[in-house]
Formats: sequence, C-alpha cells, structure tokens
Amino acid sequence: MCHDGTGTYKKFPTDCGHPAYEEKKFGGTTYQTVDLGNIARNIKKSSRNTCGACHFFGGGGDGVKHGDLDSSMFAPDKSLDVHMDVKGLNYNCTVCHTARSHDIVGRKYSRAAPNTHRLALPEDTGLRIGCENCHSSRPHKNNQNLNDHTDTVACQTCHIPYFARGGIATQLDWDWSTAGKHTADGKAIVKKDSDGNVIYHTKKGTMAWGTSLEPEYAWYRGVMTYIQQQDIIDPSTVVALNRPLGSYADRDARIYPFKVHQGKQPFDAESNRLVVPKLFGKKGSGAYWAEYDWTKAANKGMEAYGAPFSGSIGFIETTFYSPLNHMIAPKEASLACGECHSRSGRLAALTSFYLPGRDRSGLVDALGWTAVWLSLAGILIHGVLRFILKK
Amino acid sequence: MQKKLQLYTRFERLWHWVQAALIIVLALTGFELHGTFELFGFEKAHTIHMYSAWPLLVLTAFAIFWHITTGEWKQYIPSSRNILPVALYYIRGIFRGERHPFSKTRQKKLNPLQALAYFTLKTVLLPVSLVSGVLYLFPDRAEAFLNIPLGLTAVTHTAGAFALVSFFIVHTYLTTTGGTLLTYIKAMITGWEETDE
Repeated sequence: MCHDGTGTYKKFPTDCGHPAYEEKKFGGTTYQTVDLGNIARNIKKSSRNTCGACHFFGGGGDGVKHGDLDSSMFAPDKSLDVHMDVKGLNYNCTVCHTARSHDIVGRKYSRAAPNTHRLALPEDTGLRIGCENCHSSRPHKNNQNLNDHTDTVACQTCHIPYFARGGIATQLDWDWSTAGKHTADGKAIVKKDSDGNVIYHTKKGTMAWGTSLEPEYAWYRGVMTYIQQQDIIDPSTVVALNRPLGSYADRDARIYPFKVHQGKQPFDAESNRLVVPKLFGKKGSGAYWAEYDWTKAANKGMEAYGAPFSGSIGFIETTFYSPLNHMIAPKEASLACGECHSRSGRLAALTSFYLPGRDRSGLVDALGWTAVWLSLAGILIHGVLRFILKK
Repeated sequence: MQKKLQLYTRFERLWHWVQAALIIVLALTGFELHGTFELFGFEKAHTIHMYSAWPLLVLTAFAIFWHITTGEWKQYIPSSRNILPVALYYIRGIFRGERHPFSKTRQKKLNPLQALAYFTLKTVLLPVSLVSGVLYLFPDRAEAFLNIPLGLTAVTHTAGAFALVSFFIVHTYLTTTGGTLLTYIKAMITGWEETDE
C-alpha cells in the first residue's frame, strides 16, 4: 500500500486493512481482486498519493478528520502549501516525515511535535519533522522582532492562517444523539448541503462542515492528555476528550493552532463513563447500524470491550483537539500582527500573559487619560481666560 | 528697551526639534501599538516606532554629552527662589497683563518653574520612557537576565507615555505665553529671543 506504484491497492471496508483477495461487494460497490503480485513487481517510493490514500481520508472520508489534510493536498498549489506546491518545491510527505528502518517521525509516534524548539540545524541524526529542523529557530532574515516570537509562538500559528483551505470541507460537529431517524416508510435518511456534505445520516446523526476556518489556539508542548473509558467525566460540562498540555509558564510550550471538533456522543449516564457502542454488524447482533438501539449497542460493545455498563444511556457534548501542521501558506498570506495584537484578536482566550496591543493596566490607563484630559482642560480654561481678560 | 538675546545654540535647537518630532511619532505609533486607535496598522506602526526609537536614543546620548561638556546642565537645577512670584504670575498676573517677574539671561534662561519642569522631564519622565523602552526592545533578555516580566516593562512604558503626552500638551500651550503667541516658538527656531530689558 505505502509503496504501491500501480495505484490499484484498495482496502476492503470491513477487512481491517486487507484488500479484496477475490472480487467482493460492499454497499453496492464491487471491489476487484487486487493483484498483489503485480503490485509487488511495481513497488515505488512512497508519495503524496500513497500516503494520502489513507491519511487524506481519515474519519471516514475526504478531509473529515484533520482539517489540514485532504485530497486537495495530492496536488496543491503554492497558496495551499508552499512546500508541496506541485509547480514549486513539490515536496513529498517524506521530506519532513523522515524515517529510519520504517520508523517514521510524526506527532504521536517516535517523537512529539513540536520537538525541542532549539536550533536544530544541522541535526546530525538526519531526522526532520519540526519546521526548525530546516529553518532554525530564528528563521526571519529581515525581522528580528518576529524571531523573538519563536520561543512562545509555534511557526504553524502564523503560517497556517486558516485551515481546510483546499476547498474540501472538514467536519466540525458530529451529533450522534440525533441518529436513528427513519422516513415514515422506514427508510434511512441522508441529507446533504448544497456542497454535497452529509448533514444528516440515519446511521450517524447530524454533522456540520466548514472550509477556510480560523483555528483555535492553545499552549502546547507537543503532548496531549486523553480521557479514557474508565475515567469519570462530568456530564454537565463539555467534555474535552483530549487536551493539549502546556502553559505560558512552561518553557517547552508554545501557542499552537488547533482544529477543535465538537461532538455529542453516548455515555453511561449512571457511572459517568464513556461507552464503546457496537456499531457494525448484522441484525440480531445488537449493532447500532442494524437495530438503532443505543442501549443494546452499548451492552454489546462494552461486553466485547470488557468493562461494565449500567444500561443507562445519555449523551454528552465533547471537544477534540487536532493540532494543525499542514497547509502552510506563503509568507505573504501568513497572519498579520494585528490578528493577535488587538483588543479582541485571535488570542483573546489566552489570558495568562501580557500581550501588547491587547492588554493594558486599567489603573495606569485611567490615571493616564485623567492626566491627559486634565492637561487639556487646564490649558483650555487658561487660554480662554487669557483671551477674555486681555480685551 | 527691546533687546535681542541668543538663548539657544544651534545644537540645542536641532536637538529640541528632532526630539520633538521623534516623540510625536513615537507617541502616535506607540498609542496605536497600545490598542488606543488604528492609524498605520500594527505592523507598520511597530516598524515606525522601532525606527524612531533608535534615533531618539542616539540623540539623547549626544544631548547628555552636550549638557555635561557645556555645563548647561546647571540651567536645570531647580530652586525654590522666586518660584512663588512666577507661579502667581501664571495664575493671576498673566490675566492682568502684568510683566513676567523673571528676567532671562544667557546664564540663567529658565525661570524656576521651567527649571523644575525640565528637571523632572529629564530625570524622571524621559528616563522612565527610555529605560522601559530599551527593555521593551529586548523583552526576552529583560525577562531572562533581569527578571523583569514583559507586563511590567509594558505598563511602565505606557505610564511614561501618558506623562510625556500630558507634558507635551502643557509645554506646547505655554509656548504661546510670550510677547506674541509665536515669540517663544520663533526663539526656539532662530535661537534669538526679543526681551523687554
């Protein structure tokens, strides 16, 4: 798959990554037999096509999951990604995602990104992943003041001004609680918006989509915490399924852009824990997509997962943070200073530090303006008196 | 009898007007950076602020050198002698058309209120703005080596700016209190002032 030079390797949807070894049908689509011998005789270096065949379609479709990876990245122009621009540098994924012995560097695998953001050039291991590994930590040649930002602001923050810029919508909201509706004659409902994005699906519920979106920002040192099934959650709040770790005080953390996905998903309303529902299966198996009963699906799912389920289903609102690293805009399109350095700019929510242009001391400003206005009033009164009394 | 008196040397006038221009530009761009209004846009305002800050620092260094080598710094030593009559003149006498109680000479060209005001400007207002400004140029180093957080630097710099703007307003107004409205401005341009002595 990763080195398929023929483009014929296709996974069969329900076979856990395996291709169709003989012609099979699924959901009205026929999957042809994959000729593994032919593929083996035509292996090539990996490419945007081979990597993108899976990674551009995460979450079940084109651009659904990431927001910075979708099929527009197969052949991006410069405005979409300066490095992968087909008429320019034309980088493959592996220029940055380097590997030794198939150990590919990336966010969650062999090392966290952003890695230590010290000057890393030349990094003698030959591994790249962070922007700094090529660009150094003071990359702006003619603006030292911008270089003074690199210890607190990740490159991505300014250089990914908007995500999902390739014209393909990414999913922003997925509400499972509305799933299971059928037409009067018992048929599944699928509604699409004018761009063809599914906004309601009987199997999945209600969904919302968007393109060219402003990221949200958080302090991030490259490590996430995740809520796990056994963790107790507070259903009265929006549950952050994962959360970027870091703070202003944390010297390894920087302000980083994220796609924050909203969700509404089933949970165990008695034990206040997440549930793992069984979705896929035949009628009688308890699978949600066959019987549309969350309690049955949760019972079956939790049985397979091996954890108790009280039998009481509720729905909680959730968020999920995905860091943005791709779709690097040309420098002319990167964020202007005033996007953050203003009273209600993009960093309005990050309040633990003094941001020039946004913050001020209320006391100093009040005293200052009092002094200025008193001075003006004083000279005005003095001047008017001089004018009148001289006559 | 009318008499012409050379009060301000060429360097003094050059220093005064360049400093005035730089401080006006720094105040305009500075308050934009502070978020008070939008004029140039943050980035351009920042660039102009930086390109004005360095010349002001160089000019200040020259001015300090000039004050020391010429002994002119002594003009700014505040003294309480005659301060009351001068204060009373601005509160009362000026409205009655009285004569200014202080006679300027080349050796003593500042009345006691001026001496006090400029002494405060040069020992408090400008140093506060300049020192906090230099720290603001190197915020990372100020934090790392001097343990001065950016917020403190910024708020001090803002306070200095408010004080300078207030000073500028009153200072500009008082230039109109000479023989004619423009007497003092002319003197600061030509160096010569017509006095009544």
